[in-house]
Amino acid sequence: MDLFEYQARDLFAKHDVPVLAGEVIDTPEAAREITERLGGKSVVKAQVKVGGRGKAGGVKLAATPDEAVARATDILGMDIKGHTVHKVMIAETAPEILEEYYVSFLLDRANRTFLSIASVEGGMEIEEVAATRPEAVAKIAIDAIDGVDEAKAREIVEAAKFPAEVADKVVNVLVKLWDTFIKEDALLVEVNPLAKVASGEVIALDGKVSLDDNAEFRHPDFEELHDKAAANPLEAAAKAKNLNYVKLDGEVGIIGNGAGLVMSTLDVVAYAGENHSGVKPANFLDIGGGASAEVMANGLEIILGDPDVKSVFVNVFGGITACDAVANGIVQALELLESKGEEVTKPLVVRLDGNNAELGRKILDDRNHPLVQRVDTMDGAADKAAELAAAAK
Amino acid sequence: MAIFLTKESKVIVQGMTGSEGQKHTKRMLASGTNIVGGVNPRKAGTSVDFDGTEVPVFGSVKEAIEKTGADVTVIFVPEKFTKDAVIEAIDAEIPLAVVITEGVAVHDTANFWAYAGKKGNKTRIIGPNCPGLITPGQSNAGIIPADITKPGRIGLVSKSGTLTYQMMYELRDIGFSTCVGIGGDPIIGTTHIDALKAFQDDPDTDLIVMIGEIGGDAEERAAAFIKDNVTKPVVGYVAGFTAPEGKTMGHAGAIVSGSSGTAQAKKEALEAAGVKVGKTPTETAKLAREILAG
Repeated sequence: MDLFEYQARDLFAKHDVPVLAGEVIDTPEAAREITERLGGKSVVKAQVKVGGRGKAGGVKLAATPDEAVARATDILGMDIKGHTVHKVMIAETAPEILEEYYVSFLLDRANRTFLSIASVEGGMEIEEVAATRPEAVAKIAIDAIDGVDEAKAREIVEAAKFPAEVADKVVNVLVKLWDTFIKEDALLVEVNPLAKVASGEVIALDGKVSLDDNAEFRHPDFEELHDKAAANPLEAAAKAKNLNYVKLDGEVGIIGNGAGLVMSTLDVVAYAGENHSGVKPANFLDIGGGASAEVMANGLEIILGDPDVKSVFVNVFGGITACDAVANGIVQALELLESKGEEVTKPLVVRLDGNNAELGRKILDDRNHPLVQRVDTMDGAADKAAELAAAAK
Repeated sequence: MAIFLTKESKVIVQGMTGSEGQKHTKRMLASGTNIVGGVNPRKAGTSVDFDGTEVPVFGSVKEAIEKTGADVTVIFVPEKFTKDAVIEAIDAEIPLAVVITEGVAVHDTANFWAYAGKKGNKTRIIGPNCPGLITPGQSNAGIIPADITKPGRIGLVSKSGTLTYQMMYELRDIGFSTCVGIGGDPIIGTTHIDALKAFQDDPDTDLIVMIGEIGGDAEERAAAFIKDNVTKPVVGYVAGFTAPEGKTMGHAGAIVSGSSGTAQAKKEALEAAGVKVGKTPTETAKLAREILAG
């Protein structure tokens, strides 16, 4: 889960990483009172989870409370690279900035540990700095058990060649930032820029934090951080039913069991679509290993409720789940939906293979539902589903 | 021969008395796995009956090893306690720990992986969030269905569970030496490279099928390894060509971030290393057949 800047700021503040004051609002008028409290001027910052908002006009200085309201009015509702701005942060204006640095902690998948990246050339995208001047970027592996104490932080500061006069302050920031990383179960904590200001202090002016959804069991507060406004209504409905669903842009609804198989199903449908007016998968939906009739019904309900969907491909390999249970699930799901008064009009292509496949296929044949067709190979079924979607387009 | 798991393997189950643990212990026993015990400190000294087979419950992994000579543990304990369970297995120096549990926090995995390193890597870890591994006809440690295929000469390593089953099914008439599901989490114990190396050294494996998916750069690293170290034919498949950037596709590790981790990049890296890469699982199986037919 990627956080907004204001959420990152709040987490930094919670763990004593030095930050400027700032509050998030979703109506322009609220900017006035906050700006007054901040001494009459502020920075209005669009809260979007995408880079380059400054260039897009999403960050503006306001010299008076009235101006803050005007800027917030401009920015709220703005579209930045496809992201609508629903919230702005009204932040304290930064004191005169003398230097801009970069520091982060992140997961290093390749080396199966954590990594610190630091540079005295902050303020821009670190990837850019790393590409053009790799010698200006220090990367230090962090042992997951030993972590970052003062000595380790000093090692990072020395490797990145921070100026001596800020070394102690950056060490302090790094120790606090590591605290944030560990205590919040983060996958990334990034400060860019970490600014040296005229008073000599170093302050985190902007930051990115990404948290591990798998760690939610020990962080009940993660729930509040979810961006409910941004979630597609179908995705929100699926989440409420504990389904692993992602909305995509195509026309063929997909249900399968197991993340890898479903990803593969999307690809196979996209290939098949190349021969059928370019239809594409409409979603990712993994109903998991033990797919019951109820889970199948929930999944079908979400997918049939998507107006973009023209046909549905149910692709199940019976491993632990037996195919007869899946077939019964499909039949019951259709009955359940019809009994709710929902008219099912979209064709379903079902491919069942593996454990008890014969029995499962027989159940579908016996039921002989007019909208359900069975095709026994994955590639063949994908082709049929694409063909049906193209015909209904 | 096979890799990592044979009929000689003595398997214990951490979390055997839980519902998932019980269900799969029963299945593992039914497929011929030599299950010598379960671990649950609160039920130590009792035993569990699986269709007439009494499996004793021990208080710790260490005790189970002392009393049974166990050399494999399969871990089903809930995600909150997984880290402690793996650390217990590492402390007991069991040679192989298969971590089935899904949804383990990545800080926990990073932690037990670092711990294994500090203890000299005496325990091979597979997973977490994986289906385990099977050496058909010999032993089954995890949740892979045993009746899909039979013993044969293909080695399979995969990030995904159901794609593992699909590929076993596609090539069921030829059969497999060992099938290893390594899991799709951001940090995993045994990698593609570890399995490739073992299959290369296994006299009973003639061809290796490698299944990858989007996210990270494990496939690219595997490609580099294959180029320099693997002389046996390798056939590959990568899932997730149509996955959009920034969206997690089911597995915590299956996410395309920026330009890295795309299926296309992985496919190109594998092909550059001489690996034949199929467009679909079925086509991948066909490539394997063609190579084996010479």
